[in-house]
Amino acid sequence: MTEPRDTAVAPETPVPVVDDNGHLIVNIGPSHPSTHGVCRVLVELDGEIVVKAEPIIGHLHRGIEKMAENRTYLQVVPLTDRLDYVGSMYANWAYCRAVERLAGIRVPERAEYIRVIVCELQRIASHMMAIGPAGADTGATSAFMYTFWQREMVVDLFEALCGARLTYNYVRPGGVASDLPDGWIERCRAFIAQHPAAMLEIDRFLFGNVIFRARTKGIGVLDAADAVAWGATGPVARGSGMSWDLRRDDPYSVYPRFDFDVPVGSRGDAYDRARVRVYEAVESCRIIGQALDGLAEFKPGDIMAEAMPRLLAPPPGDAYDHIESARGSLGVYLVSDGSVRPYRMKVRSPAFCNLALLPLLAEGHTLSDLVVILGSLDPVFGEVDR
Amino acid sequence: MNLNELREHLCATYPDLCPLFSVEFGDGVMQVASSGLHSAAADMKALGFDMLGMVTAVDFGEDFELIYRLRSREMRVGMIVRTRVPRGNPSVASVTDLWPAANWHEREVYDLFGITFEGHPDLRRILLPDDWVGHPLRKDYEDPGVIRRPDYL
Repeated sequence: MTEPRDTAVAPETPVPVVDDNGHLIVNIGPSHPSTHGVCRVLVELDGEIVVKAEPIIGHLHRGIEKMAENRTYLQVVPLTDRLDYVGSMYANWAYCRAVERLAGIRVPERAEYIRVIVCELQRIASHMMAIGPAGADTGATSAFMYTFWQREMVVDLFEALCGARLTYNYVRPGGVASDLPDGWIERCRAFIAQHPAAMLEIDRFLFGNVIFRARTKGIGVLDAADAVAWGATGPVARGSGMSWDLRRDDPYSVYPRFDFDVPVGSRGDAYDRARVRVYEAVESCRIIGQALDGLAEFKPGDIMAEAMPRLLAPPPGDAYDHIESARGSLGVYLVSDGSVRPYRMKVRSPAFCNLALLPLLAEGHTLSDLVVILGSLDPVFGEVDR
Repeated sequence: MNLNELREHLCATYPDLCPLFSVEFGDGVMQVASSGLHSAAADMKALGFDMLGMVTAVDFGEDFELIYRLRSREMRVGMIVRTRVPRGNPSVASVTDLWPAANWHEREVYDLFGITFEGHPDLRRILLPDDWVGHPLRKDYEDPGVIRRPDYL
């Protein structure tokens, strides 16, 4: 005879929640493929139309800012890898720039060139992770395979460079962890030689696809004034025609030496936000090519600042520095009390600011468009929740 | 308008603020009293600081320091506005009416530091669960799971 089933653990039949206006309340996520991570979106639906969409975040909150207060400056670098795990190099670099500013460290030029190269490669890898799923959100799964093939090549380059495929821990305070291995420059040149053609192909078969256009054009329109007021940065702001790129408008590192364009959209819809990323990836190839040419001028092995102490203890004070990551302005604010640990670290995460736009953009669209809009903001929840 | 002209303008507008205005890491930095934060922020916005980059706080024991980082696209300069609020009554006026971007930033500071923002439309916890006890980024926050690493590491 079988035991009677314990009703306390039996799965309950979900009861639809309907509010006073007759609107259906739906929870999407936190573990749902269309949320691109662990985001819960509390949606109020009138039929199929979104009346209100509220992102509920924090499911991936690990307290990295608090953990940093209990680690030395060098030990924080691996923590920054775990912020934006699709673009770890950026968080490494932004953090290292803040530390260097705080401690007054001068980075050798060869290391700056290598940083630019790896971060532009990272931008390509990260944008592939945005464009492919943008297609997948609308049912065009083949684009995913093509962009991931490109991303795979970048990740292979990173693996050859530092042994890791996702969390690199490569950019360190004072320079980078290691010089480029033998044959890496040639492999990198081979990658950037074929990448623009691959992007052109994506542009034709995904952005020219009639279904993709119908699903993304005019969806989630963000006008430039709202982009400014809500602090949107990166491709989300540039898709709305706000021409703002820290590499050009607040130049850092060796970017002023390179010739590149900042692509902007005009309509501010999901289509423009995704397409801006395609052209940014092509511009990144231009920057990488120029940086690889410039690298020859510097002595190999000169990749770390001189007289770097083993235990960094910057003088008391604070520093803020920011870079243009694949998602926008990524800033790190550090406060030192003179000890070997940061007194306070704050990460100004672009994905966090961009995600705040979701309620504004999703209102009035259908539930299936909500998925497209969320994907077009390209949030990475490691960085949103920190 | 560059930072020097901005400084002259601010000295003319706020004579008592001028000794507190400085330029650090490429940004203008000004320190205001917490009661005057909202009016100073409104003036900054009128001067062309159209973007609010971040709002954050630092626990300095007796009081909290709040940091607002503003950015002007036209002038291409950043501005950091600092203010201090006492630990006993950590409260300041919200700037969400000036920059909607402040909404989530202020919620985060409320969540992690317990600083309240008067006039905020929706002041709830954002990263931590609603029933969380305490504010983790305060220095006196005790968590038994955290082991203080020895100083030689």
